[in-house]
Amino acid sequence: MVETGHFALVLSFALALVQTLVPLFGARTGNPRMMAVGGPVAVTGFALTAFSFAALATAYASSDFSVASVWENSHSLQPLIYKITGTWGNHEGSMLLWVLILTFFGALVAVFGGNLPATLRANVLAVQGAIGATFFLFILTTSNPFARLNPAPIEGRDLNPILQDLGLAVHPPLLYLGYVGFSICFSFSVAALIEGRIDASWARWVRPWTLVAWMFLTGGIAMGSYWAYYELGWGGFWFWDPVENASFMPWLAGTALLHSAIVMEKRSALKIWTLLLAILTFSLSLLGTFLVRSGVLTSVHAFATDPTRGVFILCILTLFIGGSLALFALRSSRLTAGGLFHPISREGALVLNNLFLTTATATVLVGTLYPLALEAVTGDKISVGAPFFDLTFGPLMLPLLAIVPFGPLLAWKRGDVFAAAQRLMAAFALALAAVLVTALFVDGASVFAALGVGLAVWLVCGALTDLAVKSGAGSVAPAIMLRRFAGLPRSVFGTALAHLGLGLTLLGIVGTLSFGAEKILSMRAGETIELSGHTLRFEGLYPAQGPNYSEDRGRFALLGADGSTISEITSAKRFYPVRQMTTTESGIKTIGFSQLYLSLGDEATDGSVVVRLWWKPLVTLIWGGGLVMMAGAAMSLMDRRLRVGAPSRRRKPTGAVPSAGLP
Amino acid sequence: MTRFSLASLVLLLSLLFAGGAFAVKPDEVLPDPALEARARALSEGLRCMVCQNQSIDESDADLARDLRVLVRQRLVAGDTDQQVMDYIVSRYGEFVLLKPRFNLRNGLLWGTPILLLLAGGFFIVLTARSRRSTATAALTPEEQAALDKILRRD
Repeated sequence: MVETGHFALVLSFALALVQTLVPLFGARTGNPRMMAVGGPVAVTGFALTAFSFAALATAYASSDFSVASVWENSHSLQPLIYKITGTWGNHEGSMLLWVLILTFFGALVAVFGGNLPATLRANVLAVQGAIGATFFLFILTTSNPFARLNPAPIEGRDLNPILQDLGLAVHPPLLYLGYVGFSICFSFSVAALIEGRIDASWARWVRPWTLVAWMFLTGGIAMGSYWAYYELGWGGFWFWDPVENASFMPWLAGTALLHSAIVMEKRSALKIWTLLLAILTFSLSLLGTFLVRSGVLTSVHAFATDPTRGVFILCILTLFIGGSLALFALRSSRLTAGGLFHPISREGALVLNNLFLTTATATVLVGTLYPLALEAVTGDKISVGAPFFDLTFGPLMLPLLAIVPFGPLLAWKRGDVFAAAQRLMAAFALALAAVLVTALFVDGASVFAALGVGLAVWLVCGALTDLAVKSGAGSVAPAIMLRRFAGLPRSVFGTALAHLGLGLTLLGIVGTLSFGAEKILSMRAGETIELSGHTLRFEGLYPAQGPNYSEDRGRFALLGADGSTISEITSAKRFYPVRQMTTTESGIKTIGFSQLYLSLGDEATDGSVVVRLWWKPLVTLIWGGGLVMMAGAAMSLMDRRLRVGAPSRRRKPTGAVPSAGLP
Repeated sequence: MTRFSLASLVLLLSLLFAGGAFAVKPDEVLPDPALEARARALSEGLRCMVCQNQSIDESDADLARDLRVLVRQRLVAGDTDQQVMDYIVSRYGEFVLLKPRFNLRNGLLWGTPILLLLAGGFFIVLTARSRRSTATAALTPEEQAALDKILRRD
């Protein structure tokens, strides 16, 4: 099975080469039979990659320690779920998952791309194949997941204990679907540049793919943030770590792309810019791959001592980013600029959105790369941490968030700010009330906290205002309004939900950072601790045995006003003997949208235990907002104009069909 | 991407495994709450030098503990926040600061957001202007004269 998997991987590489060269040549020479090769090859390539991945997963599930990667990252005593998720919990396996998803998206284009112009489809599949081919080559030459060991060891070295968590089952696949999903937008852009024109079908296709990728990336980042929150044991949800930034940059650029693609689809403007953004977004994904895989983040010297993988990815990076940007420079002048619009208009608002989002992306990029560049050039070492991003990224986001509610209320071409402001009066009043209530009635609220809460309320109410205005609130009878509300295009709900989710996330961040409380102390069994109106009693430490670890569980009783136990919170210190590693399992109790977060420390010789307790108000909204944003993207995808299917295509186009004109 | 988060989790934690679970220990906490609050605020801006992108406030490494104790000692001795920071930087170098200093060497770092925002805004305004002027290009004098002539004829 393992050798067959390896062979399938080699075959996939060969097929990716075919998928690149034949359709590309066919499109150049106008040979329809050669162009048609792309589709079936892409589907077969996906099937072979899936088989190869299944072979590796089987090796992991059956603890086949003759495979080097299984030996390094698995153990026979691990629960089955972690044996399987361990498949992608390491460098080799995660690269295989990366190409699996890449070929999956390629196959999707092949299957659903029947209504694309033949040359565009051929070129898209060719570019997708080229990305695949380089990464297959990377895996086969530098990171072979199927490498064998002889003699086979009797026992594995265990998966890193931090990764032995359900988060590993959900977070990586979601994140990859988002990350790699942007490759489709990239392929479409490069294909358009190769052809030298952007037509209506290009515009119609790029937006749904952006939505899909953005939806998964949002989910992946939110999930990763929650995972780090409960797994790392000190309750932080975002660290501005270079590794996190690597996934955040494509998200920011992708968000900008999502918005500029609207302008392109509806108004046929900003075409060149959208194309460039699509290229940049995927380039940032590739850059992230380089940053993490090359080891350059840990230190420039680590990169210099074992540069094989790093240099290979750097070559891929140069080839695709350099190549696509060069192509852009050569060809973009051929593309015609689209429709005109007044600065005060929906288009204008979206341009402003793009200005702030791209600047924010660049800020994160510079903050991440500057220390590396400085060390490489001058040898000086500096650190760029959270305080830098708070000072730069924060101020960039504030004006952007403040103008968000205006965007959807402005008309295309020429909008009226005063009319929009008038409609937003209620939202503004509520936001102002929130600021005042927070400032006056919440203890310890700073000016920033009050303004933050106000901004969050402004976003949420602004999103609701948009829905109310579009259903005709105030001008028609409630019954008609209800009917109009139900009849609104799904994309309108999508916009409102996404903006509402953004507001919720902001509320969660402000709530946690501004109104949270923390206590650190040594406790003995029977002692109680009180924090923000919640009383906990330490019941004691109880040893327990897991499948591949032993742990000390600290049990705490949450006490009610009358002193009775309402519920129990358990935090544990786990010891994994194989890797000789200790992890902390935090104890979390969700109360409303807030959480009590408890983390156990060292046990002293006198039997007392160090306990750290946090009260995190509204913290679940941070990730809940992310889920709402995902729901918004899903809603937009269900919009009638994007639903794929033969019957709906035959139907006569009704109003909502975009009319992105030919250049 | 996953690998990023995986790597981040692993890197962030790999240095914590030696012993306990978290940073500030009860025996480090200063009796004066105001002084302790200042110590915590300063700690959040100082890097744990043996960790991956962690402040000494979050880190469990021995070196981080030494630095936390040092910060508190200086505060108790009566130093201002700035003096504490300067003292730590003089001993450990600028690498220890999570917020890089505003100086010429870091100019590009701090300047990028503002420069880019201004350049972008300028570019947008310029494009909008030129678009509008091409859209409603004024008549040349000859055209105006011709038009006047036609209008006068009526």
